[in-house]
Amino acid sequence: MYILKIVLRNVLRHRLRTGLTILGITIAILAFGMLRTIVGLWYLGVENSAATRLITRNAISLVFSLPISYYERIRQVSGVKTVSYGNWFGGIYIDEKHFFANEAIEPKSFLELYPEFVLPDEQKSAFILDRKGCIVGRKLASRYGWKTGDLITLRGTIFPGQWEFVLRGIFTGAEKNTEERVLLFHWDYLNETLKKTVPRRADQVGFYVVGVTRPELAAQVSQDVDRTFKNSLAETLTETEKAFHLGFIAMTEAILVVIQIVSYLVIVIIMAVVANTMAMTARERIGEYAVFKSMGFRSRHIAGMIFGESLLICLIGCTFGILLTFPVGSLFGDLLGNYLPSFEIRRSTIYLDIGFAFLVGIVAGIFPAVRASRIRIAEGLRRIG
Amino acid sequence: MSRVNNPVVNIQGVYKSYQRGSQTLSVLEDISFEIERGEFLALMGPSGSGKSTLLNLIAGIDKVDRGSIVINGVDIVSLEESALAGWRSAHVGFIFQFYNLIPVLTAFENVELPLLLTSLTRRERREHAEAALSLVSLEDRVEHYPSELSGGQQQRVAIARAIVTDPTILVADEPTGDLDRVSAGEILDLMGRLNSEFGKTIIMVTHDPRAAERAGIIRYLEKGAMVDVHP
Ligand SMILES: Nc1ncnc2c1ncn2[C@@H]1O[C@H](COP(=O)(O)OP(=O)(O)O)[C@@H](O)[C@H]1O
Ligand SMILES: [Mg+2]
Repeated sequence: MYILKIVLRNVLRHRLRTGLTILGITIAILAFGMLRTIVGLWYLGVENSAATRLITRNAISLVFSLPISYYERIRQVSGVKTVSYGNWFGGIYIDEKHFFANEAIEPKSFLELYPEFVLPDEQKSAFILDRKGCIVGRKLASRYGWKTGDLITLRGTIFPGQWEFVLRGIFTGAEKNTEERVLLFHWDYLNETLKKTVPRRADQVGFYVVGVTRPELAAQVSQDVDRTFKNSLAETLTETEKAFHLGFIAMTEAILVVIQIVSYLVIVIIMAVVANTMAMTARERIGEYAVFKSMGFRSRHIAGMIFGESLLICLIGCTFGILLTFPVGSLFGDLLGNYLPSFEIRRSTIYLDIGFAFLVGIVAGIFPAVRASRIRIAEGLRRIG
Repeated sequence: MSRVNNPVVNIQGVYKSYQRGSQTLSVLEDISFEIERGEFLALMGPSGSGKSTLLNLIAGIDKVDRGSIVINGVDIVSLEESALAGWRSAHVGFIFQFYNLIPVLTAFENVELPLLLTSLTRRERREHAEAALSLVSLEDRVEHYPSELSGGQQQRVAIARAIVTDPTILVADEPTGDLDRVSAGEILDLMGRLNSEFGKTIIMVTHDPRAAERAGIIRYLEKGAMVDVHP
């Protein structure tokens, strides 16, 4: 009790110094929380992928395509229930800043394979019937205020030209994390246009989506599919959707690793800052500690005061940091909501925040506490005056 | 040595030196003397003669190289660190030149501080601290922080803190060294009273002759050795 009183008053002794240190911790905790949340989002797509969906793509690289003629042959592999296909379109709406995913797909089979894209029945049939029709996710629609019947024009990048679509439906995600910032349109529309403009690029798909009857068949089916096209012009690589996403993530892995390193560096830096504050504080109070010791107080009492102070400072900063993480996170979510799935701060991030606050508090107190325990009283007293 | 004497402090053959780089600086050489219970002793001598060093040894905050210091029957030289700390809290009251109050604690809290190491209840601590503060006539400054008190008042708080545990000896290193003449006089009056009325054994380092006058016995140190000056 008494020690708490002393700790509390000591914390308030150099208000500016304490205040700045707390501010530093607050910002560090906030930055750590944001960075971790961003890294977490990257992996979210992986967690959302279904175990019964396989992706077949060109074995050489994601950027090479496969002939549409593979469609029937994949369907004949045993264990395959549904096959869909599509192309990453990469069209741009207005300008690059308005990035969102858009794909040319075979509507009927695709929607069958992705039941998490929930669409009213009449919109679904309107989409399937209209060759120039498209559907978009709810978030995308609300971002641009689109209504069914609207005309949407994309500028093609991979497939040059102005591409016009009629909005036929707006889907909602069945799950919280379902991607709702996608535009999907008819692969046929893309293909028929290509037949007229660049015939050599026609009849090619970027990927097949293969639905298997049971998850445990996934491994066997993917082997069988790839064996089917062994030694053909375009060999295939079939992976579960999860593996496919991880493959995509692997490309960005370096960035993720850097972000993760930075997030931990932030903690290390703040550790140095707090340790410096505590060292400064303890150095000034050497004489005082000597007085405590002369009266019979032990090193552990002094260590208690030092650790108490550094932990208190860290926990105050941590509390502010955590409290700010939520509003700042939702601000981030609002700003980036159109690019990223739900910007949700995880519970584990908060636990890590608290854990690191304790760690920083303890590490920062070690050096001053050891130093204070070693002071010889007579020498400490000589420093006064 | 016919009289039955009962020295509260018995110092025999004490040596103390400091290591300064490769050089050994001998500060105290073969010091032996006794202090009777209830004595008020002034240690005088030129600056650097080793007065503070000797006082620190007696108070158990520094270690001798050689020799023995027996206080109240306890050879403090043989005590290890934590036993010595326990011994200090029970037997020594410190008065410093620069008061050395804890700035974040009020006068009352400063005085109460040494009692935290005792088994007294909160209420007993309060009573003891209040009694000590009224002895130094600071009942009306209980809630003041050191920075809100004059030098003389701070030193009185420090004295209250030193006596609150009723220690065996009071050690004071230049207690008036930082005070104006009036305040210094008050502090010396107070120490005189503690000695005469309450029978406190006091060892005071000073180089102020006026301060030394108040003491019953004056001992001189010169270049680390006791010199007898018979008045
Ligand atoms: N910790 C120390 N390290 C080295 N020398 C010291 C130390 N403490 C005291 N001394 C030296 O010991 C001598 C006696 O010091 P001190 O006891 O403070 O003298 P006084 O109190 O009589 O002025 C001085 O020369 C001083 O410089
Ligand atoms: Mg001195």
